[in-house]
Amino acid sequence: MSYVLEIKNVTKKFGDFTAVDSVSFDVDDGGFFSILGGSGCGKTTLLRMIAGFEKETEGELFIRGESMKGIPPEKRAVNIVFQNLALFPMMNVEKNVAFGLQRQKIPKADTQRRVTEMLERVGLVGFEKKRVTDLSGGQRQRVAIARSLVLKPSILLLDEPLGALDRKLREHMKIELKILQKEIGTTFIYITHDQSEALVMSDKVAVMNEGRFEQLDTPKNLYKNPQTSFVAGFVGESNEFDVVNYSDGQLTTQNGCKLVKPGIDFKPKKLFMRPEAFILNPSDDLEGVEQISMKIKAILFDGSNTKISAIINQSNDTVLISLPQNAQFEDLQEGDNLQVGIHRDDLKCYQD
Amino acid sequence: MKTRNGTFYLLMVPVLLWLLMLLVIPHLDMFFRSFRFETDDGLMVFSLNNYLSFFEDKIYWLTFVKTAVYSIGVTFLAFVVTFPVAFYLTKVVAKKYSSFMVLLLLIPIWIGELVTIYGWMILLSDNGVINNFLIRIGLIDTPIVMLYNNFSMTIGLLYMSMLFMIIPMMSALESLDDSLIEAASDLGASKWTIFRQIIIPYTTPGIASGGIIVFMLIIGDYVAPNILGGKSSLWFTEQIYNKFLATFNWNEGAAFGFLLLMLSSTIIWIALKLTGQKLERVGS
Repeated sequence: MSYVLEIKNVTKKFGDFTAVDSVSFDVDDGGFFSILGGSGCGKTTLLRMIAGFEKETEGELFIRGESMKGIPPEKRAVNIVFQNLALFPMMNVEKNVAFGLQRQKIPKADTQRRVTEMLERVGLVGFEKKRVTDLSGGQRQRVAIARSLVLKPSILLLDEPLGALDRKLREHMKIELKILQKEIGTTFIYITHDQSEALVMSDKVAVMNEGRFEQLDTPKNLYKNPQTSFVAGFVGESNEFDVVNYSDGQLTTQNGCKLVKPGIDFKPKKLFMRPEAFILNPSDDLEGVEQISMKIKAILFDGSNTKISAIINQSNDTVLISLPQNAQFEDLQEGDNLQVGIHRDDLKCYQD
Repeated sequence: MKTRNGTFYLLMVPVLLWLLMLLVIPHLDMFFRSFRFETDDGLMVFSLNNYLSFFEDKIYWLTFVKTAVYSIGVTFLAFVVTFPVAFYLTKVVAKKYSSFMVLLLLIPIWIGELVTIYGWMILLSDNGVINNFLIRIGLIDTPIVMLYNNFSMTIGLLYMSMLFMIIPMMSALESLDDSLIEAASDLGASKWTIFRQIIIPYTTPGIASGGIIVFMLIIGDYVAPNILGGKSSLWFTEQIYNKFLATFNWNEGAAFGFLLLMLSSTIIWIALKLTGQKLERVGS
């Protein structure tokens, strides 16, 4: 398997501040790779180093096995879709898309053909002569992607391009981007702070925090088996507790909730429980399930995403529990007592 | 539709007064004057003689064309000289220093045109600073004549007008998002292509409005051509001045004034057409 991009111990420092701290990873050819992290985690800096706008302080990166040391952005087989898209406002759609091809001195007829093909692909036929300032958000998005993809780059970098769109359109573009990537087969490296974007679209996701990769995994693994407490808290929703004591296979949270979880070989500090991991009204004889009794504080109705906010009787901790929208639990009311269970495997403990 | 009350009309009064008293009435007066001609028997008649006299004497023509050509040339020079400065101040230097630097650039305007022009005389004259320096270091034996010719006039015009180019150009460059430059570079554009295809087209409105101001200042300037240009470099404003104050022929002076107004308006109109700009956009 060849890697389209290899990053080896890349570090970027701005003065005393380390934006990217000795990051190493490889990207498979033809995949959709996301880098997920909060603002200031270094993901944009990493992307700008791949594009060539920032020079790495240490380390080296390779595109298709070739070292990119000292190679300027205009010479790299990498194109970027900027956060604000950076379309050229003084040119129409066609000229924007043709800009890169013209720089390569490709014959006019060829340029014309490739531009038309690309506009067909992104569904912008008939918009050739429109000013980019007259387009809607989604259309501008597609022009920006077309402008980069028409050059057939080895890697397309996307810097949170959906950030400025409204929610409906963002959901739509997510699917569109994923399908587009599958169709054309170009490697996409997508950076975002939105976990849902990363999970839905990607083949691989790297979670980044304070300049380092916390975990690089498939979206499913990332969600099911977070390796660090940061990932557990960042990806998906979770109930987070501080653990104050662990002895004889029993965890004690700060407020005194006791849960049995045998076989931890380190000193756990944090405990995470996903809202959907809870079983409502479990039967008493379930194997390996911790039973917790609580009182419903509020029902937070949100369609298929409805949750219960409940207080654990034992410790007064508040937890969020997913409430399936079926007839079985329809009569639950605020103030009701509730018995829930959680499988011991779903009690995720971390050292830090 | 907004209702217009008394305050609206009250606030309009100064604007109307300004336009009427400082623009409309003087221009109308000049306009009518330019067609008035005193016959041999002292009668004032309507005639085109004032305009015809412009075509009769070759020196007027030459001055007229020279004024036009030099004004265009100096405007272009102002652009060439100020663009790198404006670019540096907006895109390279940190914001907190750039506003201070702009303040420094403005200092010559506080001093006034006349004083700065005398300053240039000190620099350029035969025993001035530059000639002295060149002789001292042994590069030349006899002073180079730099004063009272087209060269010194060009410098004077350029110096007093170029700041008016920098300010609109800077505001245009400031609104240019850096990511546009990065995007172009990412798509394979060289520095020269970025300059020609991205930066220049984007800042054309700024360049055009700066260019109009500079061009107007230059074509209507009197002090720099008169003092630095000397006898050999005639400027059309000097011809107008002579008509009014040397020969006391106000009617002909008015006609010449209108010719200059037509000249500058025509050139600006052509320049706007050539660059595909609209006056409303440039003016804002």
